[in-house]
Amino acid sequence: MQERPTNMPAPVVVTTERDLRLDLFRGIALWLIFLDHIPSNLVAWVTIRNYGFSDATEIFVFVSGYTAAFVYGREMLQRGFVVAGARILRRVWQIYVAHVFLFAIYLAEISYVATSFENPLYAEEMNILDFLQQPDQTIVQALLLKFKPANMDILPLYIVLLLLFPPILWLLQRRPTLALGASVLLYVLTWQFNWNLPSYPSGHWFFNPFAWQLLFVFGAWCALGGAQRLAAVTRSPITVAIAIAYLVFAFCITLTWYIPGVAGYVPHWLEEAIYPIDKVNLDVLRFAHFLALAVVTVRFVPREWPALKSRWAWPPIVCGQHSLEIFCLGVFLSFAAHFAMVEISGALWMQVLASVVGILIMIAAAWLITWYKKAEARRPGSRPKTMPDADLAGGEA
Amino acid sequence: MMMPVALLLAGLLAANTALAEERQACEIPRSLLFGSNELKHVAEAVTRNHKLTIAVVGSGSSILGGPEGPASAYPARLEAALKQRLPGTEAKVVTLVRSRMSAEDMAHGMGKLLAEEKPDLVIWQTGTLDAIRRIDPDDFRAALEQGLETLQKGGADVILMNMQYSPRTEIMVALGPYADTMRVVAQQHEIPLFDRLAIMHHWSDSGAFDLYAAGKDNVLAHRVHDCIGRGIAAMIVDAAHLRDLKAGQ
Repeated sequence: MQERPTNMPAPVVVTTERDLRLDLFRGIALWLIFLDHIPSNLVAWVTIRNYGFSDATEIFVFVSGYTAAFVYGREMLQRGFVVAGARILRRVWQIYVAHVFLFAIYLAEISYVATSFENPLYAEEMNILDFLQQPDQTIVQALLLKFKPANMDILPLYIVLLLLFPPILWLLQRRPTLALGASVLLYVLTWQFNWNLPSYPSGHWFFNPFAWQLLFVFGAWCALGGAQRLAAVTRSPITVAIAIAYLVFAFCITLTWYIPGVAGYVPHWLEEAIYPIDKVNLDVLRFAHFLALAVVTVRFVPREWPALKSRWAWPPIVCGQHSLEIFCLGVFLSFAAHFAMVEISGALWMQVLASVVGILIMIAAAWLITWYKKAEARRPGSRPKTMPDADLAGGEA
Repeated sequence: MMMPVALLLAGLLAANTALAEERQACEIPRSLLFGSNELKHVAEAVTRNHKLTIAVVGSGSSILGGPEGPASAYPARLEAALKQRLPGTEAKVVTLVRSRMSAEDMAHGMGKLLAEEKPDLVIWQTGTLDAIRRIDPDDFRAALEQGLETLQKGGADVILMNMQYSPRTEIMVALGPYADTMRVVAQQHEIPLFDRLAIMHHWSDSGAFDLYAAGKDNVLAHRVHDCIGRGIAAMIVDAAHLRDLKAGQ
């Protein structure tokens, strides 16, 4: 596998070298999502959702938008709208298949519980099995992405975002400001008119795609030159100071959720103003919190930070470079960890063990995928690819 | 001579540990139980009329199956605990509990409940079914507010009660958003929240109860409900400032 020398004029706005910080933070986000998905896990206290409004989901969606624009943007400039669009749709298909696979695992877990658990204390909780009584309905609705069990909302969001990405990318390359403006407008209208996609058996999507697209498109916009345009603002000491102040404010508010008795110190008008902090529709407070985190990160972690090439940064980076596989593995591992906690022990040692082993397995799997892709590319007689492979050019979208 | 003394000692010791265990099992951190929200109607009913009517509105986790179920579920245990703690008061707990009821279903019935039972206090247990069905958190919130407004206008105090902690199923049901909503709504309406989720989590962590148990263990269910009943009684006594009453009488 060799990088093809680009003979055509260099793309105007696309940066050529991949920013390792993206992979690093996406890798860390994947670990945090895994830890957050294990219920009653004390280790999850380290995850950022306990220290501010936003959580790993924001990082994941933003970085996914950024890398999608980076990888497919180059493709679209070099090979045109149709080819790049087709590749994006192929990616959508892969994510859909992965989602269905995770749903099968969920079915296995819940069917096991259905047959093995009969504690009379939890008769009401057993209503989770109601949907097994109409498998025809449920499974079809799951395939239509309308029935989504707990913890399985991110991939459907990702599917919708990528599905609509080709025209957005096309516009971003020509009129980036207009594209971002349209995205903001859609976000505002969504809040105004309560737009969302329906769910089965009731309600709406837990991650509203019409709202969360803002973060995805914003990530893509940054990748296509927006970050450079914003540099003057993001590097200004005033911006950094505001960001830090906001992070401290969010931290203090978050503390009141966890330390009993402190909640009384939050003034009533402030409560009225900020609650509820809406995750479904990507609350402005969450978005702002993510922006503040990003400003501080960009300020203190430079792109050429030597530690990015060190072996300590390698495990999260390699996980971040294979995000789809590692995300799915993480969901599976969180089920496995919960199973171990239920069947063996839910004690603290098991929580720590399950968390550490889970992350080690994620690293090992990511390493294996990297190795396999390299081996595959080196295979004698393998058809030389005619285009730079997005995965090897520094990770996937 | 030695033998009977030793036996007596052993017996006393056993009785003592049993009592200690019982107490320990029901132990609830003060911060989880007592807040600043008051139950004014309850205070008035007890001090003026020496009569207290409580209605429990809830779904499946407010009942227990089997022949001993009704007497062992927490509403009956609450009544027993209140009779013990408020000896001069005629305490009565009525239940309006049906399984598979969402918050919205229950909110619709609140007006009728007020007219028929005239309760001084309504304990509203909800959230589990809404979380299982993944009902829109906004709709859940609206249903809670509608129900609470009916009750507060109708002159009844309210205690909200959230879900049970269920370690075996917790990965399959995302309780978080619903528990948060209940906490916020309780705070804004200035009513006490009986945080069953946190309390049972505490019992599980402290080893008081093995909530991971999978088998048909009625004893466990009865003991947990007994502790919940006592916990609510303690909360009522505190929030209606009835603690000093007993000493004063």
